[in-house]
Amino acid sequence: MYKIVRKETLNDAAFEMEIEAPMVARKCEAGQFVILRVGEDGERIPLTIGDFDREKGTITIVVQAVGFSTKQLEKLGVGDEVTDFVGPLGRPTEFHDGLKRVVGVCGGIGAAPVYPQLKALAEKGVKVDVIIGGREAQYVLWADKFKTFCDHVYIATDNGELGTKGFGTTVLQQLIDDGVKFDEVIAIGPVIMMKNVVKVTKPYNIPTSVSLNPIMVDGTGMCGCCRVTVDGQTKFACVDGPDFDGLNVDFDELMERQRFFKKEEKYVDEHADRICDLMRGAE
Amino acid sequence: MADAVRRKPNMAKEKVKMPEQDPNVRNSNFEEVALGYTKEMAMEEATRCLDCKKPFCMEGCPVNVPIPRFIEQVVAGNFEKAYEIITEENALPAITGRVCPQENQCEGKCVRGRAKGCESVGIGRLERFVADYHREHGEHKTPHVEKNGKKVAVVGSGPAGITCAGELARRGYDVHVFEALHKTGGVLSYGIPEFRLPKTIVQAEADGVAEYGVDFETNVVVGRTITVDELEEAGYDAVFVGSGAGLPRFQGIPGENLNGVYSANEFLTRVNLMKGYMFPDRPTPVKISPTVCVVGAGNVAMDAARTAKRLGAENVYIVYRRSEEEAPARKEEIHHAKEEGIQFKFLTNPIAVNGDEEGWVKSITCQEMQLGEADASGRRRPVPVEGHTFEIETGTFIVAIGQSPNPLIRQTTPGLDTQKWGGIIVNEETMETSRDSVYAGGDAVTGAATVILAMGAGKKAAIAIDEKLSGK
Repeated sequence: MYKIVRKETLNDAAFEMEIEAPMVARKCEAGQFVILRVGEDGERIPLTIGDFDREKGTITIVVQAVGFSTKQLEKLGVGDEVTDFVGPLGRPTEFHDGLKRVVGVCGGIGAAPVYPQLKALAEKGVKVDVIIGGREAQYVLWADKFKTFCDHVYIATDNGELGTKGFGTTVLQQLIDDGVKFDEVIAIGPVIMMKNVVKVTKPYNIPTSVSLNPIMVDGTGMCGCCRVTVDGQTKFACVDGPDFDGLNVDFDELMERQRFFKKEEKYVDEHADRICDLMRGAE
Repeated sequence: MADAVRRKPNMAKEKVKMPEQDPNVRNSNFEEVALGYTKEMAMEEATRCLDCKKPFCMEGCPVNVPIPRFIEQVVAGNFEKAYEIITEENALPAITGRVCPQENQCEGKCVRGRAKGCESVGIGRLERFVADYHREHGEHKTPHVEKNGKKVAVVGSGPAGITCAGELARRGYDVHVFEALHKTGGVLSYGIPEFRLPKTIVQAEADGVAEYGVDFETNVVVGRTITVDELEEAGYDAVFVGSGAGLPRFQGIPGENLNGVYSANEFLTRVNLMKGYMFPDRPTPVKISPTVCVVGAGNVAMDAARTAKRLGAENVYIVYRRSEEEAPARKEEIHHAKEEGIQFKFLTNPIAVNGDEEGWVKSITCQEMQLGEADASGRRRPVPVEGHTFEIETGTFIVAIGQSPNPLIRQTTPGLDTQKWGGIIVNEETMETSRDSVYAGGDAVTGAATVILAMGAGKKAAIAIDEKLSGK
């Protein structure tokens, strides 16, 4: 069992949790993820590592409570335990040589997975900027954390409540138009947002790294549920990724595959109380 | 205890019939198909054994169970004694008695099966009976083991890993098994369905091994969470790699990434490990359409097809490019599948998966095949019948054409030699790899094979590790 040592509500949809998992914390690198399970009969759900503390032996995850399992997790508090927590999974991010300036573009809880990547780059002496997008001000996450090592922290909200009115891509396009030269863009967020970032960067051929979030079961390469098409080739996101060259990802296929279990996901979410009772009865 | 006495053999030609659930009942539930012998049935079947001076049956058993000796005890009704004899050599008899392809192993060598129209002794059924009897009625003894102070790490808790761990623990080693998933058992837990191998039995057998002092740790992915090098640095005197062959192969045909296409591993993992058959009472979904097509004709394909039927599919097709004769699945499994209403399309090769506008499977295009000349494996090669293709309308396509060893261990263990296709290369006598004190066995070495071969490899490695570490 893996103990929750800190929990913070970030906005009306997301929360942050720091969980004791010394073996994961000892080994993890930027770009990797974990799979966790809540309860003896719970689902396995993948979550990207947001931050880690090797000395304390903890991993920080940022979670959007969107369905059955994430809502079950949200019910847990400091001192409670998650049943299973396995990782680090996936390949660590491989940074290209000779990078001078990199910008992270994140939407929603994508701020968490972008954070360790930019931080690792900053530690190597690369100049880093970040563009954080959110529907409203409350959904703009981790701006203060990024400020500790980013040259510029740009903010965009759909309603203009904070920063630029518009999307992360609005800001990115402006910066490119203004002549800022980025050697790489790291985009993480909803698939539609990553697809739109690539639309901006592709004409300029700016290398764009994305972190894909297909449906996963085991996360160790044994089922292929998370397969994606990159440059015409089938890849398993859990072992070949989750980072891929965004300019060559088939985003439309990924979006279709994410809808595979939409109906079933909605059903368990709506019947959560009854299902939880049944699961408890089985223990 | 009654003495085992010389008896007059029962010359019945056929095995005592095993009670089974009716095909039309069992194909809509997940309960075990074969119900097992009663005491009386077991004792009667046991008397069919001729107690051969030279027991060929034992040569056929990859772990050398003393078959006539245990059967002799079943004849006398000494079931606990029979259990002790089996477990001298086989740590998981309730599992092997159920899933071994006995017709190619012990029973394939039985002299009773050589005469025309005669069946061999039901050795697997008797082994299963003895193990089940012990689990249900046996006296529970906590084994006492003298520790020798040496530590061995085992990677993977499938049949190879569990057997290796059990054998070493009995010899006094501190054994630590690392499992990537949240449950132990490997393919016994995620692959083989409940209706062939109830999970409570897998758990009970693993618990039995744990009692010898084997420590199981789940949620550790060797290669990611910790590497083989780091295990050695942490003070393990030897490492056994039993990580299996869990990497699914796809056909590489158009449309394989459409919604509705599963690897058999994904489909079976959702159903068995995650209890997807209980959805929505368990949260992991598994979705199928009224018609399901499974490509492949091995045991995994049979498991996937029979599982789909149980989930409510009306039509389940097994599509296979060769003929029934070449199908790699056990005859018994094909027979069971047919009884349950699975339809077979032999000499049929899927060449495309077709989707609708929203990315869902709507049909598969199949190529008719015929058998040509024999290939290197001695099997006749399937060749397309030009111009003969047809479509099967289906919303679910399950790919069961085989698995390869997972690349994680070989990618993260420097100096570990592997075959081109990924299998770890070992010395076949000792199971030692190219790395000193690192051993391997099971599907990680051979590619997808059988449970009992993996157990045999685990046992062989344990003996070699013991010999090396104790300086014998």
